[in-house]
Amino acid sequence: MFFFITASVSVITTMGIIFTLVADAYKFFLEVPLSEFFSTKLSPLSADPSFGILPLINGTLFTTLIAMLVAVPIGLTAAMYLSEFATERTRRILKPMMELLAGIPTIVYGFFAYSFVTPILMKVIPSLEPKNVLSPGIVMGIMIIPMVASLSEDAMNSVPSAMREGAYGLGATKLEVTFKVVVPAAISGIMASFVLAISRAIGETMIVAIASGSSKNFTFDITHSMQTMTAYIVEFTSGDAASGTTGYYSLYAVGLLLFAFTMIMNLIAQHISHKYKEEY
Amino acid sequence: MNAENENKLREIVYDVKGLNLWYGEDQALKDINMKIYQNEVTAIIGPSGCGKSTFIKTLNRMIENIPSVRTSGEILYHGENIFDKAVRVEELRTRVGMVFQKPNPFPKSIYENVVYGPKIHGIKDKRLLMEITENSLKSAALWDEVKDRLNDNAYGLSGGQQQRLCIARCLAVQPDVILMDEPTSALDPIATAKIEELIDRLKADYSISIVTHSMQQAGRISDKTAFFLMGELIEYSDTVTIFSNPLDKRTEDYITGRFG
Repeated sequence: MFFFITASVSVITTMGIIFTLVADAYKFFLEVPLSEFFSTKLSPLSADPSFGILPLINGTLFTTLIAMLVAVPIGLTAAMYLSEFATERTRRILKPMMELLAGIPTIVYGFFAYSFVTPILMKVIPSLEPKNVLSPGIVMGIMIIPMVASLSEDAMNSVPSAMREGAYGLGATKLEVTFKVVVPAAISGIMASFVLAISRAIGETMIVAIASGSSKNFTFDITHSMQTMTAYIVEFTSGDAASGTTGYYSLYAVGLLLFAFTMIMNLIAQHISHKYKEEY
Repeated sequence: MNAENENKLREIVYDVKGLNLWYGEDQALKDINMKIYQNEVTAIIGPSGCGKSTFIKTLNRMIENIPSVRTSGEILYHGENIFDKAVRVEELRTRVGMVFQKPNPFPKSIYENVVYGPKIHGIKDKRLLMEITENSLKSAALWDEVKDRLNDNAYGLSGGQQQRLCIARCLAVQPDVILMDEPTSALDPIATAKIEELIDRLKADYSISIVTHSMQQAGRISDKTAFFLMGELIEYSDTVTIFSNPLDKRTEDYITGRFG
């Protein structure tokens, strides 16, 4: 019984969260039509407020995309190295160290992006604004590397060594065994790690809140500031919106959308690991 | 005596000279000297832990995948020491194929399994690959059973079929020697009989070294038998001699089932 209760806690919490989000988001949609919600004009505090969410989605997609461009190649290469090339000793030392990277509070990453990475990038790209999407995107990618590497490595490690031996026995090199046997056999786990990384990037808050600013412009220029969905929520919960106003309810609408995004991502991850499961 | 004369005509594939092997501090092979001849089936028998699997895996340097392994001595493969720095281990393994204890096809289609080797060695031509697939599967006596479902996953085959697929996969890279590490230990008697029949046919074109737990199997299929005990090669000669008239007391004891 006790175990049932503890197991129920997380389920009940999730349902509570969904209920709150839906209830307050419903009030928002009573006042703001969907056509306005899915427009590019976001000015919640002006005299004639507009609640177009596309700039936020845009900001979220760009930071996520940049993060994935950093995290996927580096994380996957690290996983291949750890699983196939590193000696047992090196692996035992490196893997926990890498996972330590995942333990750093994200606000530290945000500060790192704003005060360290952005100034360096500005030397390379003079037109870069102090608050931009590029820098937090890169730092977010660095933050996600351990997640991609660790999960992918687990997947590769669970490929039976008999399968590697089969390929070595045919005269395959280590690289060929890695790319043509191990990675394909572990693809479901690897893909799942990518998708989980995406949902982590979508939900990431502090890094973007600090380093990418709060510009609500709809732009595709990554050297400019953009606001993500999460950063919008941070901005408004820290006091700008009075309870009961449309701006206040807009938080729930954005929150609901964010929740839907990450949930879809997790469902995709599950679907992928089922579909591409290679029986061995 | 007849066999002795025949040997002189046969070419030596492997000439093992003073081979020692250690796993860390434990010596697993002690001063092995042995010649393996072309187009013969050489059986390697002995109780568990005697070093027979270690020995066969040394012949294609597969044993080096275990990090703590050290070796000394020479293994001449067609006159060239395989431990020589100039020898590329991938090339050696292309010429010396291996079939393992448990069937280990890749989780791909039957076709993809067979062409895996040719593909990594640079063959891209679809028609040629198909030709190789057909020939290899025919040589492995599997073609008739799978020709209509080459694109099915290899894991849908029975254990015996999987093992013959592994043999076909090995044949597809046109090796010169096939090493078999207890290839039938995971199979039922009927599947085992098929593999044995196959081995008998394959020796016309290949040299085969087979590790086996079963003395009956060694007796049925091999031309020569080597008896290993605790890392040493106790006795090595014609299978007929080993089974009817062993020189060493320990060989006799093992063969008559007094231990092992």
